[in-house]
Amino acid sequence: MMPDRRIRVLVAKPGLDGHDRGAKIVARALRDAGMEVIYTGLRQTPEQIAVAALQEDVDAIGISILSGAHNTIVPRICQLLHAEGMQDVLVIVGGIIPDEDIPKLKEAGVSAVFQPGASTEKIVEFIRSHVRQPA
Amino acid sequence: MQKALKPGERNPGKGLPGRPEKFTTLSGVPVETLYTEADLKGFAYSRDLGDPGEFPFTRGIHSTMYQGKLWTMRQFSGFGSPGDTNRRLHYLLAQGQTGLSIAFDLPTLMGYDADHSLAEGEVGKCGVAVSSLADMETLLAGLPLEQVTTSMTINSPAAIVWAMYLVAAEKNGADWKKLSGTTQNDILKEYIAQKEYIFPPAPSMRLVVDSIVFSARETPRWNPISISGYHIREAGSTAVQELAFTLRDGIEYVEWVRRAGLAVDDFAPRLSFFFNSHNDLFEEVAKFRAARKIWARVMRERFGARDPRSWRCRFHTQTAGCSLTAQQPYNNMVRTTIQALAGVLGGSQSLHTNSLDEAWALPTEQTATLALRTQQVIAHESGVAGRVDPLAGSYFVEKLTLETERACYKYFEKIDALGGMVAAIEEGFPQREIHEAAYAYQKDVERRGKIIVGVNAFASEEERPVDILVIDENVAKHQRQKLMELKKTRDNAGVQSTLETLGGAASTDRNLMPYILECVRSYATLGEMCEVLRRVFGIYEEPAFR
Repeated sequence: MMPDRRIRVLVAKPGLDGHDRGAKIVARALRDAGMEVIYTGLRQTPEQIAVAALQEDVDAIGISILSGAHNTIVPRICQLLHAEGMQDVLVIVGGIIPDEDIPKLKEAGVSAVFQPGASTEKIVEFIRSHVRQPA
Repeated sequence: MQKALKPGERNPGKGLPGRPEKFTTLSGVPVETLYTEADLKGFAYSRDLGDPGEFPFTRGIHSTMYQGKLWTMRQFSGFGSPGDTNRRLHYLLAQGQTGLSIAFDLPTLMGYDADHSLAEGEVGKCGVAVSSLADMETLLAGLPLEQVTTSMTINSPAAIVWAMYLVAAEKNGADWKKLSGTTQNDILKEYIAQKEYIFPPAPSMRLVVDSIVFSARETPRWNPISISGYHIREAGSTAVQELAFTLRDGIEYVEWVRRAGLAVDDFAPRLSFFFNSHNDLFEEVAKFRAARKIWARVMRERFGARDPRSWRCRFHTQTAGCSLTAQQPYNNMVRTTIQALAGVLGGSQSLHTNSLDEAWALPTEQTATLALRTQQVIAHESGVAGRVDPLAGSYFVEKLTLETERACYKYFEKIDALGGMVAAIEEGFPQREIHEAAYAYQKDVERRGKIIVGVNAFASEEERPVDILVIDENVAKHQRQKLMELKKTRDNAGVQSTLETLGGAASTDRNLMPYILECVRSYATLGEMCEVLRRVFGIYEEPAFR
């Protein structure tokens, strides 16, 4: 990473879920780690998230979802990102995601899923080591 | 960060997790090595404790507590279709639970029908889908509503869902004057913690006040509100914050209802509360005892309540979901047991115990049963239920109760100075406090200042997965189908008329309950009613985080 360009991350809360304890902790941890973080706030549609990602020109998107709606919502977000030409934006997911749903999410374009118990340090490390390098 | 230790592995250079240098409660309150009578200088039994059943109720709201009657075993349940949940409720009653508690799905909680675009992927996933009176009737079919009480965890559209319950009960011949149960209906904690708000604070408070006023008159055995700290704690607050924000929310509701014209003793006896029970047993017991003592004083001294029933802090308790882990889920049974025990030693009127698969999915039949059995073992085998406030007199517990009480009053002062709870919420005060506590806790865990067994110590190489409940995607289809049929068979002109009348009334200061009931009787849907109210009240967006 160029030392003078900070990693830009969108932390997004899609769907109706209002549980934001984790999303806010991750947003803060990423900021503390020197990244630029945009938090979408609650109840964003996949369309709103894709637009925000594009407008903010982010390197990574962290999707936080605990409502059980991830199998519908996350692939939709990934679809929209691809449609906007953002396939090299790193997509990671956190929340309540059963093991058996992870393969499908990865097929849809998710790079990593952070289940309960994950540490913010690991999330920071993952983003740092997996974001696209500038051309 | 140090990676989690494997069984038997030593942390190079540092040894196995050693004893901490300083001891604190889970929430960070310092704890001494030894407590003696010196810690309780000036302690006066009648002022600081009172007998159980006597002001200030520190020792319990009833004189015989569980010797007279066990707490209600009330397992929070709800998933899929109303039929699915109805079957689970019948099942749990057959397994010995003594109260009903209903969890609704996110579309329902947020005032959307199952066929709304925003409901996609969400129908039946974290609770039962209820879009209409017809769904409510299916949900309650065959349940002995006059023998067991029903609690409904519903907030923004609580008045509407409660109206559906009332009409369903009425159609079954129940007498509203005899109907007993609880609606959570605590909108303030939504802004603070659970975030399932629809409308802005003022119209939302209006709906709460309307339902409390209506209940005082029409359903005298109903608890129209369950002023909650559970969610505040789940969002990461400390025990004191949970207590203080909950009780200060209570103070706010009392002020608003009084402004609407009711005398405090007309409604206060039916206010109820809902607390979390987390891992630190003594901290939780102190919190519960302090809650009763503080509320009794607040009601008698701040509000001048004269009816002793107005002074009693009656509460339901749920064990801490946020403490349960995805790793080694069977450990969660142990956590839930400790937390349930704290709830019982703390004098809860009603208790829900979480299932071991909490961090993965909604409870299966097996894990919900095990959770219920946890309560039953405590009730019938541990002896604890035959003792009334047995921890009283412990130097430590009494000292901690006093400290908790003191710390709570400090928060009251802060919030009063901000202009009350609504003002404090608009300023972001409780939200910030909670986030700071949550962040500090997370950092402490990552530093291994706090050990979580199976997560940052004694972790497994390989996890054995547990069978989890999966919600059928056909539930959404099924619910949408039912809505289509409903809209074909009901009197749509009648529905339109009741909705218009509701909209008109919403712009006045008339009590909305009768209008909502009329809409419900005509089979207007939840989403249709909420849409009317959204148009009149507007919608709320919380201030940006940072």
